[in-house]
Amino acid sequence: MDKKLVIPGEFLSDDPSLADEGTYVEDNKVFSTVFGIASFKNQIRVVPLSGKYIPKPGDLIIGVIKEVTYSNWIVDIRSPYDGLLHISEFPRRIENNEMSKYLNIGVSIMALVSDVDANMKVELTLNDQRLRQIKEGRIIEVTPSKVPRFIGRSGSMIAMVKNETKCNIFIGQNGRIWITGRDNDMQLAINSLLKIEKETHISGLTDRITNFLKEQKGEKVQVKHPQKKPKTTAEDKIEPMPVEEKIEESKEKPESEGILDELLGNEK
Amino acid sequence: MSKPEKLIENGIRLDGRKPDELRPIKIEVGVLNRADGSCYFEFGGNKVIAAVYGPREVHPRHQQKSNSAVVRYRYNMASFSVEDRKRPGPDRRSIEVSKVSREALEPVIFQEYFPRSAIDIFVEVLQADAGTRTAGINAASIALADAGIPMKSLISACAVGKIDDTLVLDLNKDEDNYGQADMPIAMTPDGRITLIQMDGNLKRDEFREGLEMAKVGCMAIHEMQKAALMEKYSAQIEGENNE
Repeated sequence: MDKKLVIPGEFLSDDPSLADEGTYVEDNKVFSTVFGIASFKNQIRVVPLSGKYIPKPGDLIIGVIKEVTYSNWIVDIRSPYDGLLHISEFPRRIENNEMSKYLNIGVSIMALVSDVDANMKVELTLNDQRLRQIKEGRIIEVTPSKVPRFIGRSGSMIAMVKNETKCNIFIGQNGRIWITGRDNDMQLAINSLLKIEKETHISGLTDRITNFLKEQKGEKVQVKHPQKKPKTTAEDKIEPMPVEEKIEESKEKPESEGILDELLGNEK
Repeated sequence: MSKPEKLIENGIRLDGRKPDELRPIKIEVGVLNRADGSCYFEFGGNKVIAAVYGPREVHPRHQQKSNSAVVRYRYNMASFSVEDRKRPGPDRRSIEVSKVSREALEPVIFQEYFPRSAIDIFVEVLQADAGTRTAGINAASIALADAGIPMKSLISACAVGKIDDTLVLDLNKDEDNYGQADMPIAMTPDGRITLIQMDGNLKRDEFREGLEMAKVGCMAIHEMQKAALMEKYSAQIEGENNE
């Protein structure tokens, strides 16, 4: 298998040209910098199993307004650094003294990270068709480094959960997930997302989540017994975040009527 | 306990160990839910718990560095950690231990990845039995890895000392009190030393030999640290299979 659980300082390769995220090179050898899952496909990268969100330009995130100043909203983005949303980045022209009428403290927003400078000053914008204030539904928090796993290869995991629960789900890069739908459906979606969070590192995740959702909905689980191998080492069972999960082709995209899909420009 | 007549007899120490034997170690990773990373570490009679928070905002503001993270390390002994009640709060000794422990870990942390932020490490000693600073460093290094903080490697630490003119690894309380020397050492798995202190006297040859003994001890501890981290995730896999 080309994935492995590694600790900081673990030797990964002799070829420094393969070094990617989560690694460092010393004496022409590649070592891991974090405790996480190393994948050796094309480039060598290590995805940490925990850690804080570090913003980068282009990220779609979910933030919570925590302060309103003369010309900026200060936004909590679940990171060591605050997000700054300037008044001019609001979709409409508004007066300085009316800022809290539009976005007051405690309000959740979907925002885009427009710029991060060397001092980690994080600038946000709402000037994008996809972005808006969050007025309904629920938000849960997960480990930011696991976000790619929630989304799955080209969105397969999240599409499956959306499909099964009939909820609209938006995953912010900072590990906040916004869910809208009927109360029961939302609960089901949250349960399955928390299950993903807990079992990110175990292989065959999509199948297990599919079965979990079916079980929860009282449907019969098609007997596709997980090949129970005799106890193998931890390394054998671990998969990295962007997995090549085989998704059943038969699945069709849910006809989305939800605002979220429209907003996100999801194809119907 | 008053000074025993002999600390080592026929190559067997008071607690039955051989000169180059470590005390039993028990490690548990992720014991605190609130912390970003945590570790419980038992090193013979030492019981310590380490918690790591961060990277997070720096308070007070003036401590922050514009181009890297600041690492803060707080070593604290519980008032009940020793036989005579230890007066709570930082004192000369614990401030020193905090400083040297921080400097033992700083060289491996990629501080420049997180400008204007703080990485806070808290080490609480619940029970002390000589060698708490090494136990604290071992625990803190695991907790840092658990928190997902990028590091060059883990840090392992143990002490060597001299009792009855014999070099021994990992002193316990009596050996520390009545022995001739105590030398705590922390190092990376490739043998680069990040902490070395000495209390007492060693001859030049003894120092060299002691260093080699500590190296072997640290390697053994490093393997245990690695196994403990791996364990955290394989435990969940097992739980899954039992369902």
